[in-house]
Amino acid sequence: MNTLRQLRTLLLGLAILLPGTQVFAQQDVSYERILNAQNEPENWLTYNGSYASQRYSTLNQITRDNVDQLELKWVFQNQVFGAWQSNPIVVDGVMYLTQRPNDVIAMDPVTGRVFWVYKHTPAENARVCCGANNRGIAILDDKVYMGTLDAHLIALDRVNGKPLWNIEVGDVNLAYSVTMAPLIVKDKVIVGVGGGEYGIRGYVVAYDAETGEEAWKFYTIPAPGEPGHESWDDEDWEHGGAPVWITGSFDPELNLTYWGVGNPGPDWNPYQRPGDNLYSDSVIALDADTGELKWHFQFTPNDGYDYDSVQVPVLVDREWHGQQRKLMLWANRNGYFYVLDRTDGEFLLGKPYVKVNWSSGLDDNGRPIPTRQPEGMPTWPGNQGATNWYPPSYSPRTGLFYFNSWEDYATIYRAEEQQYEPGRAFLGGGFTVLTPAQGAPGVGIGRTNPVNTWTDEVGHAALLAMNPETGEPAWTFDQFDVSDGGILSTATDLVFAGGREGHFHALDARTGELLWKASLGGQIAMAPVTYMVDGVQYVTVISGNAMATFALRGQE
Amino acid sequence: MTKTIFSRTGRRVLMPALCSLLLSLSALAQDTSDHQYTSESIQTGSRVYVQQCALCHGPQGDSIDGVNLRQGQFRTATSDEDLARIVSGGAAGGRMPAFNLRPEELNGVIAYIRAGFDPDGVAIRIGDPARGKAIYDGKGECSACHRINGSGHRTAPDLSDIGLIRTPAILEASLTNPASTLQPINRQIRLVTRTEEIIVGRRLNEDTYSVQLIDSNEQLRSLRKADLVSYELSSVPVHQPTSLNGDEIADLIGYLLTLRGLE
Repeated sequence: MNTLRQLRTLLLGLAILLPGTQVFAQQDVSYERILNAQNEPENWLTYNGSYASQRYSTLNQITRDNVDQLELKWVFQNQVFGAWQSNPIVVDGVMYLTQRPNDVIAMDPVTGRVFWVYKHTPAENARVCCGANNRGIAILDDKVYMGTLDAHLIALDRVNGKPLWNIEVGDVNLAYSVTMAPLIVKDKVIVGVGGGEYGIRGYVVAYDAETGEEAWKFYTIPAPGEPGHESWDDEDWEHGGAPVWITGSFDPELNLTYWGVGNPGPDWNPYQRPGDNLYSDSVIALDADTGELKWHFQFTPNDGYDYDSVQVPVLVDREWHGQQRKLMLWANRNGYFYVLDRTDGEFLLGKPYVKVNWSSGLDDNGRPIPTRQPEGMPTWPGNQGATNWYPPSYSPRTGLFYFNSWEDYATIYRAEEQQYEPGRAFLGGGFTVLTPAQGAPGVGIGRTNPVNTWTDEVGHAALLAMNPETGEPAWTFDQFDVSDGGILSTATDLVFAGGREGHFHALDARTGELLWKASLGGQIAMAPVTYMVDGVQYVTVISGNAMATFALRGQE
Repeated sequence: MTKTIFSRTGRRVLMPALCSLLLSLSALAQDTSDHQYTSESIQTGSRVYVQQCALCHGPQGDSIDGVNLRQGQFRTATSDEDLARIVSGGAAGGRMPAFNLRPEELNGVIAYIRAGFDPDGVAIRIGDPARGKAIYDGKGECSACHRINGSGHRTAPDLSDIGLIRTPAILEASLTNPASTLQPINRQIRLVTRTEEIIVGRRLNEDTYSVQLIDSNEQLRSLRKADLVSYELSSVPVHQPTSLNGDEIADLIGYLLTLRGLE
């Protein structure tokens, strides 16, 4: 009896120890771990999955052969309004997710049950043009970081969710905001500011991740005396917009961070701000340690169409036309697909991937040849663009670049003179979506009505598998509605993506063949992510007000 | 499955639906009651709306669930004072931000909403509703396809609240040039299934994989596209441009404008 009791005590002791070892496994997330994110594909450590931002996973449990065995494991419900654009971070058995307006949720990625919620209530006068979005957190060491609608940056204890510091990134009274997930590089946390519809002067700013002390700041509109300032007239630069509201990428070898810059302001009146309006609608390459500008490439000079270049810079090392190169792939909101050399910004290729009539083509340097349409005539692509902020994906296995585009979508722009007033919308006119009949609905900024009243005649989605060698898609996957869905690709040649119809698709990455789908019922905006816990691979995606998480049948 | 457009009578209409050209119900009401809003105020509101409101609420004011500004459908507001409070103070737990507008802008945007998004007030002749009803029931033969308050057919859109959701200019255009106002979702469709059933009806909804419709027998149908061998979509409405004269059209519009659904 004594022996049995001793054995039971021993077993109990072991059982108590086991959870202890799991807690111990939740290590701090060092910079080295993020740098080598490919070594731990079971985690999703950064917004774009890795510094190269390919949103490509080497997990291989879910394959083309068994993807039809995916089943729903859990749903996390939310009460958000509008598109829920948050990207989850998964690390060592904890998922970090944000919900509107500025909550951080830590949860179990196996069950969807919540450990804690941190709530930040933005200042009442916080102002964003297009919904109270937050696209997720960043993690470094023992902290998680969230930008806020009232332009603060908050560091939380990653274990218990308590705030450690809270600093002002921008002036909320002037409608600065932070909606992106921060980018961690070395010991710094880097964010950009939104407010391109409110006459801000944009910037990217880096802080000491430990203390929140500012390390460097780069204004996306050059001040008098700085190179590029000559691309602005008079005082226009002071309120010229050029926000940065999507997480950038990082090349550790070149020590460069890359950021897509948004539209100039006022949005729709280019005549009011003559010049190229640098660095609006550009990609900028900034030194990771100093914020110094190394190069820039402007996609849309003197933009009058709101063609923010806030797409994710996707970094690819591959052979291109017979030569090994460090490339940057970019499907722009303006309707052109670009291939750049990311060492110096050299323009290598540019081709339209939808109907484009604001420009008749690109010159040898990639500069568009403008063909402004007469007043009252439609412009392709329309105001929401041929694609937008939602993240693309690149598969090193297929060599293809995947993104959702909008086809047959045009708007009619109206330019008006507008005076800047602090904190107020600074749009310089308006626009109307081209529809086939009087009074017919245009494409809205999101889908809130389960009936597709605008139909494919006003715009619809095509997921393109772009060949970077040619600028021609290898295949396309058409949808009836438009899509703001980002993309995930995997080493098993699967592409996961959704759209406003709420269908969540798994496609063959090589052919575009539909292999599996689930009807989740709400618009899918952010890209899915995949992760592994206890030997089970999960794929999770947000649809409408719910996050739905799948794994193979029989896997628990 | 092939999908084709049939009965296409002309090129795709390129001009957008410009609500700015349409006479509103509120403007109509000004004929018989005090002028609450000046046209100057409505025009000011039109500019404010496009600049500050349209991004979220949409050009037609219907992009937010449960809210249709042009039709006067709100979540909580009733009075103009309610609207002013919401615009100035924000709403829905901060999901709608507070707007710091000058008084004339605030009044203007309310005027524009109350005017049914009609900044210009193009005059459409409005006739006698009683005579219009007689035309609707008689020589107009409208109830052969349309339904009002439970009476008539359902194959064409129900008109019980048409006075609330369409401006006089749109109503006139839909009588005289129906193709110009046919909303794409309402197009007539003709489907042939793998089992060789032919289904004709009016589209209610569609996505990548399926289509929903009301068929010629007034049945609600939902078809998977994978089960279809043919899907044809008409670009013109079933009814032709009206042969009614100008006075009759004015009377008919007058009647339709009285149809405001269950209030």
